[in-house]
Amino acid sequence: MQEFFQQLLNGLSLGSIYALIAVGYTMVYGIIQLINFAHGDVLMVGAYVGLGMALAGFGLVPSILVAMLVCAVLGVVLERVAYRPLRNASRLAALTSAIGASLFLEYGMMAVFSPRTRSYPVLLPDKIYNFYGIRIATKDFLILGTTLVLVVFLQYIVYRTKTGKAMRAVSFDKDAARLMGINVDSTIAVTFALGSALAAAAGVLIGIYFNAVYPLMGLMPGLKAFVAAVLGGIGNIPGAMVGGILLGMTEALVSGYGGSMFRDAVAFAILILILLVKPTGLLGTRVEEKV
Amino acid sequence: MTPKQPLLVLEDLHVYYGAIWAIKGINLTVNEGEIVSLIGANGAGKSTTLRAISGIVRGSSGRILFQGEDITRIPAHEIVKLGIAQVPEGRRVFANLTVFENLELGAFIRKDKKEVKKDLDYVFTRFPRLWERKNQVAGTLSGGEQQMLAIGRALMTRPRLLLLDEPSMGLAPLLVKEIFAIIREINGDGTTILLVEQNARMALQIADRAYVLETGRIVLEGQAQELAECDEVKKAYLGG
Repeated sequence: MQEFFQQLLNGLSLGSIYALIAVGYTMVYGIIQLINFAHGDVLMVGAYVGLGMALAGFGLVPSILVAMLVCAVLGVVLERVAYRPLRNASRLAALTSAIGASLFLEYGMMAVFSPRTRSYPVLLPDKIYNFYGIRIATKDFLILGTTLVLVVFLQYIVYRTKTGKAMRAVSFDKDAARLMGINVDSTIAVTFALGSALAAAAGVLIGIYFNAVYPLMGLMPGLKAFVAAVLGGIGNIPGAMVGGILLGMTEALVSGYGGSMFRDAVAFAILILILLVKPTGLLGTRVEEKV
Repeated sequence: MTPKQPLLVLEDLHVYYGAIWAIKGINLTVNEGEIVSLIGANGAGKSTTLRAISGIVRGSSGRILFQGEDITRIPAHEIVKLGIAQVPEGRRVFANLTVFENLELGAFIRKDKKEVKKDLDYVFTRFPRLWERKNQVAGTLSGGEQQMLAIGRALMTRPRLLLLDEPSMGLAPLLVKEIFAIIREINGDGTTILLVEQNARMALQIADRAYVLETGRIVLEGQAQELAECDEVKKAYLGG
């Protein structure tokens, strides 16, 4: 039983990271119906920026904040360069452009900083606490705490601010939003900025958690977070969080009970299953239009 | 009585939807304080005309003047700020947001909080049903309530000119009457109205002047009352 709760806790940490990434996927999908396949690579860039800050002697908090800031700008640039010109083109064109952007970031990073795996300097005392036999590391506290703060911050923006209201309006009906005087382009840009900032935070956390930063590090977490977003219902923010945590816990349990070889297979089996059984995801609903 | 000032003028406006020539050079004037109706069959270009005025679609040639200013190339979200609001066809309320949030979005462009509060009160007095349902998600409202919300939301921008696209669509006759009564009241409170309708009878009853649109061209125009008595209009739009 103790082992079970230990795995759940591990899953909660991993799942929180997935949730942070998944939220960005789902926000972008919600507003322009695009799967931003470069999202995982934004995470990678965030991890590098955070690493650079940490190596330059800055502490944890400034490293995360600067990574978020840089990636927010990166997200806006990405949208401007790779997606906006294709806004009215077919979805396949935008998707192709997203994959192009992803490859550009991955191999651009390799070209500039080499494919070598790097690791974060020690930013936290590596202590392990024991609660009734369940081991909790400082890293876990860091991840859970950061995720909690960011999720609350995001909820506040989306549900309590004017910008958030504009984002929800634009994601529902762009022309109607224009008729309210909302600048649709800048609202989409803000969405990319927010999603990318969260991905950057996740990137720094992953870099610390797995102690590895390399140009292709965003690939797997990106795909997993995509699964999480679909699991929760793509386009649905609370859904992405729930999906992320569920996926993290499932993976941890599968690995913990001897199936670590199947961990990734299980994640993608969930994707297939959810698409077959309930394509709208756990929390996704269809809003019907009344005439 | 002082001569009415033209508030909105369309000059030889042409609009293409891709390869389709939807609006073929129309001239139209809406004077300050009037209700003007634009009637015509499905596909005549009524909605396109309103969408062009709001800047949602772009005219390929011709001009749109509002209060004497050329707004043809101004982006849609800026046009709202000049004082043109639209209640789009099919209401297009934000179904995932609450009634209250929908109305707040109507005031998105405004910074005069006190006046916004006043306008909210105005909308809620005008539409008590919306007050009862203010915390309800808009998607759960009935068709008539959604229409009221769409009108209320547009009023929250505090427009000088209100464009209404098929406000009677899909509503029961009693509700249609109610909506038209409200339109008249809104006009009475000083808002100029350009109304697009398939329900020509109601549209001509309420309007000062009217235009008849056929396949992208204006074929008739005049005082609404005169048009209602004109044989061509009777035959084509009023059922004989």
